[in-house]
Amino acid sequence: MEFVNSIINWIYYGIVGFTAIIMIYNLIKEKSWEKEVLYILVIIPFLLRLFGLK
Amino acid sequence: MRDKFIVIRKTIFILLGMLVIIFAGKSFYDHRNFNEPVVTNEGVTEVKKLGDYFTGISGTINDCNIYVFEGEEEGSNMLVIGGTHPEEPAGRLAAYLFAENGKMKAGKLFLAITANRSASTGTKLGGAYPPDFSIKTSFGERKFRMGDRWSNPLDQWPDPEVYIHYPSGQNLAYVDTRNLNRTWPGRENGTLTEQTCYAFMELIKKEKIDVFIDLHEAELQYPVISTIVAHENGEELATFVSMMLTDMEGFRMGVEFSPKNLHGLSHREVGDYSDAVSLLFEAPEPFLDATRGTTSREQLLTGKDEFVVMAGKHGLLFEQIDENGWPIAKRVGRHTSAILMTMEIWSEDYPDRPLICEGVPRYEEVIENGVGYYLNDPKSALKNRIVLE
Repeated sequence: MEFVNSIINWIYYGIVGFTAIIMIYNLIKEKSWEKEVLYILVIIPFLLRLFGLK
Repeated sequence: MRDKFIVIRKTIFILLGMLVIIFAGKSFYDHRNFNEPVVTNEGVTEVKKLGDYFTGISGTINDCNIYVFEGEEEGSNMLVIGGTHPEEPAGRLAAYLFAENGKMKAGKLFLAITANRSASTGTKLGGAYPPDFSIKTSFGERKFRMGDRWSNPLDQWPDPEVYIHYPSGQNLAYVDTRNLNRTWPGRENGTLTEQTCYAFMELIKKEKIDVFIDLHEAELQYPVISTIVAHENGEELATFVSMMLTDMEGFRMGVEFSPKNLHGLSHREVGDYSDAVSLLFEAPEPFLDATRGTTSREQLLTGKDEFVVMAGKHGLLFEQIDENGWPIAKRVGRHTSAILMTMEIWSEDYPDRPLICEGVPRYEEVIENGVGYYLNDPKSALKNRIVLE
């Protein structure tokens, strides 16, 4: 069970990293300033988790 | 020209975002890595690690310090743990007063200030808790981590849909898989929280602990408050402690018996799975009440809250509160007196193997002088007396 949990944990970090990359890509491509702000706000908790801070 | 403008705008937004990440990240990092100095007094004869009793917990965030007070004379063995729920600071501070003032004359005391270290490295998600609080002393302020009820998700994740307690098989709320007071007696190959309980059970068995005490605080809207929760093996002891505290020390302390079918809690499982008498002490903490107003350091330490008072006027509370609140000194003093009284009643029952502790202030003294009066100055202390918590 603990092994499965750790696998899920690593998959989760993978998803977080992948989503963060997608959002950074979208941020770069985005032309609307409102959506740029939205991407920046949404990406913050993803990066904090990726860095193991929260 | 327009493209250049967009690039500049994006750069500004990204820099602002990075600024937020740096400030937020620093706050979270500092909270998780802040080491509290404990200025142990001469009564602490040895500082062990929880991992000394179970290697599975060695080197993890929950490999907490175990302060050992070897008495001058032979006697019984007692284990006191604070910080099962680090969002209940009176338990940890009471343990601090023992570590910085206590000395065993007879018997042996084992003390954990932060039983769930992981839970002390974060606060409740969305709860807007302060990351720390400070206690005023004559030499300045001593800072302490504010914590959570549950182990940090950074250390134990994911949570199951339903938490199935081991070994009873009882279904509990999913989040309680990270609650140190729902995972007793623990499991050798379990989650971090289960392994922490398992390590404490190993300590209890290997050190032949006679009395085990778990220090807590509770919201005033919770019926189990200002009380001792006792396993059936400690009913008589708890009843006498309650009577004597109420009679001699001037504060009301009830007794409740540990339900036999409510599993995972220390007062049930420690008694069931070891020879130790198992007790859990609850003090009032208005900060935890859902109807509280501000969630601030001041509210945490003064226990003053007009909204909780209002709830009391509507008969929604299980403990009294007025405009004077529940100051931290009152809550800490309840715990120190209750522990000392437990030792005294135990020693009357077993005079051939007593538990006698000196130097720790009681309820009235803590209220009169404040908690800070009994904390030592790390700057003027001998280096070998300082332990990081």
